[in-house]
Amino acid sequence: MKKPVIQFENYSFQYRSQTAPTLHEINLTIYEGEKILIVGPSGSGKSTLGHCLNGLVPFSYKGEVLGSLKICGEDAKDLDIFSLSKKVGTVLQDPDGQFIGLTVAEDIAFALENDCTPQTQMFDKVAEVSKMVEMEAYLDSSLHHLSGGQKQRVSLAGVMVDDVEILLFDEPLANLDPATGKYAIELIDRIQQETNKTVVIIEHRLEDVLHCPVDRIIVVDDGRIISDMTPDELLASPVLEQCSIREPLYVKAVKYAACDITPEMKPAHLDSFQVESCKGQLIDWFTKVDSPQPREKTESVLELKDINFGYAPGNRTIHGVSFSIEKGEMVSIVGKNGAGKSTLSKLICGFEKPSSGRIYYRGQDITEDTIKERASRIGMVMQNPNQMISKQMIYDEVALGLVIRGVPETEIKERVMKTLKICGLYPFRNWPISALSFGQKKRVTIASILVLEPEVIILDEPTAGQDFRHYTEIMDFLAKLNSQGVTIIMITHDMHLMLEYTPRAIVIADGRKIADASAVNVLADSTIIEKANLKETSLFELAHRAGISEPTQFVDRFIAYDREVRQKWQ
Amino acid sequence: MAVEMLSYIERQSPIHQLTGVTKLICFMIWSSIAMLTYDTRVLVFLFLFSICVFIVSKVKLEEVAFVLLFILLFLMINNLAIYVFSPQEGVKIYGTSHVLFEIGGRYSITLEQLFYQLNVTLKYFTVIPAAILFIVTTNPSEFAASLNRIGVSYRISYAVALALRYIPDIQRDFRSISLSQQARGIDMSRKEKLPKRIKNAASIIIPLILSSLDKIEIISNAMELRGFGKNKKRSWYRARPFQKIDVFTIILFVLILLISLYVTFHDGNRFYNPFL
Repeated sequence: MKKPVIQFENYSFQYRSQTAPTLHEINLTIYEGEKILIVGPSGSGKSTLGHCLNGLVPFSYKGEVLGSLKICGEDAKDLDIFSLSKKVGTVLQDPDGQFIGLTVAEDIAFALENDCTPQTQMFDKVAEVSKMVEMEAYLDSSLHHLSGGQKQRVSLAGVMVDDVEILLFDEPLANLDPATGKYAIELIDRIQQETNKTVVIIEHRLEDVLHCPVDRIIVVDDGRIISDMTPDELLASPVLEQCSIREPLYVKAVKYAACDITPEMKPAHLDSFQVESCKGQLIDWFTKVDSPQPREKTESVLELKDINFGYAPGNRTIHGVSFSIEKGEMVSIVGKNGAGKSTLSKLICGFEKPSSGRIYYRGQDITEDTIKERASRIGMVMQNPNQMISKQMIYDEVALGLVIRGVPETEIKERVMKTLKICGLYPFRNWPISALSFGQKKRVTIASILVLEPEVIILDEPTAGQDFRHYTEIMDFLAKLNSQGVTIIMITHDMHLMLEYTPRAIVIADGRKIADASAVNVLADSTIIEKANLKETSLFELAHRAGISEPTQFVDRFIAYDREVRQKWQ
Repeated sequence: MAVEMLSYIERQSPIHQLTGVTKLICFMIWSSIAMLTYDTRVLVFLFLFSICVFIVSKVKLEEVAFVLLFILLFLMINNLAIYVFSPQEGVKIYGTSHVLFEIGGRYSITLEQLFYQLNVTLKYFTVIPAAILFIVTTNPSEFAASLNRIGVSYRISYAVALALRYIPDIQRDFRSISLSQQARGIDMSRKEKLPKRIKNAASIIIPLILSSLDKIEIISNAMELRGFGKNKKRSWYRARPFQKIDVFTIILFVLILLISLYVTFHDGNRFYNPFL
């Protein structure tokens, strides 16, 4: 009999500031050495569940606990956050925010320092753990200079030094590009196999986590556990769709083809997935579904010609990038972290000046224009809405740009109201911004740019940290704006987003443009995928296995069909 | 990136090798001398000495140029203000009056006033390089370790280290927020009138505070989850024992302090008077 390490019994929790419980009567047992994935939409309580394990609930976030939680046989009530931290090691979502030390070694040693470990022992332990996560060559590097994947390995090492029994990962993939995310999942898998620790992963990117096997998937919605099954069973059931969690694309495609999926088909991983019985239906579906219409060509609205740029002399970040974007297009700029995507957007907005090359707006040279002059044509929405919001009320925030430009008050009112309606914020117009959710705040920042009526909007990671429901909401809203004629450029490393919403993708690697093609074709090219840290979509492999000779057509048709279906369930 | 000013600059130099505490003690001695004395000979010596220390530290001038210029601007304003409000301060101190230019009334420029303001300027020049050096050559973590060892509670030590560590972070945030607000039309340049600019600055400060508060919540959770505050004591990965060079440096600085004080006060006056 396996030893249970986590036991929730009729466990409920209510935050002190909230009127209803966030978790209702949770009953869940996790055994030693298991690998568990917890999925659920935002606000479902899955993060709260994680906080219960590491002690942030109820020690940092106060509230009322009913029922019992036992960790390694001890009642969590009798433990404090420090003894819990010796049992449960947590890797938080945002690796940047959780770093405490200045260098890799110091950050890894932080927990040891707090235990008064003598210095020489610390050196040994840090060396040992850093080897395990393959960071031994970076011990003295500053944390700021690491890539996203390296940062994550450091934070993993930081909890590994404690010899914890349970490793808890809170959305480990949120800030990683696709290839790095894949590597992170493999690393977690390897460490679990080497150390036989219990692993709990909270994440909504199901397909990416399933890259390596997990034992069970717990689905949480509305503070309750909806299902507790093996991946094969879960994917064969309709649970995910009901909770609007994104199923793996290959599973979705097979379901669209009206095939029944059974656990025996082993759908948890594409390699093990037996598609033989569905071949006929997939081919049938492929021939039945229409392929999407290509959009018509229009005139160029923004053009970059041979742009070069470096933050310091002799150290170029952008090398001779040229591209042209047509009016009404929706384009994504993709590439790995630090490839120069954000720098490009800064150059377009005038935050930085190119060292050579020209930027044209409707054929007119705007290279020398100031930030403010460009702002009325090109709007920029930053990734973190908190970095943009400066007023307490929604109306004031959206009106700010107009007030400063000295627009008459009646016109301001009219334009703000119109924008609020477009953005679906009209019912909240008199609300304080602090009462909004993250996704709504994001919309406020989009509205505050939109009200200036720019023709081009650049968005930096518009859907970072959003679950599938909010992701669809934001992206459909942007697609609607786009259909009204606004040109949209998105900087992203989300493959789904690029594939689903932007017909065209510009790929940047090491400051150079390495591809400018349709999103599907970019993902069909393995050299580009490798250079830019992207990941092939599982749909190709599926099409291949089903014997469909035009895999890119298959992907195109799937995307078009999927969007139509999702528009219906909104 | 160029925005990272006043953060720790890693170099191999004797100054970097000193422990944080040594540097703190020396800096405090240094500032006390500069505050107490008006003796030009002492000030000139301190000034030349601090330039030497600066060169030894291998910190390049352009790395701190922005802060330096910023402080020099204030120095100018200060000098002007002294002249405007107290144009005969020098005469009062030195007891003689050598008029250079007759401007009329009390605003006539005297040699004594110029000499007095030269001393004020020198005081700035002795403290500024030392202060900047202290910040850019002290590894925040190592400094926290040293503070803790001389008896400061480790919570406070760590708070200091974190504050030092977040200087570049906050600068980065400030820059990106300021740019995005400028893109919405908030003008922070000199084209705008001052009262409006101050009002506009609020639209950068508020998001800066809000995003910093977010960060504080994350970091304090992260620290607690890794056991910070559990014990009465903690050890330090970056701790460095006192070495000979530290003892030597402190002795040197104490000597400088004693000699400066002697030179300054042996005639019973803080001021060195060349006019007698």
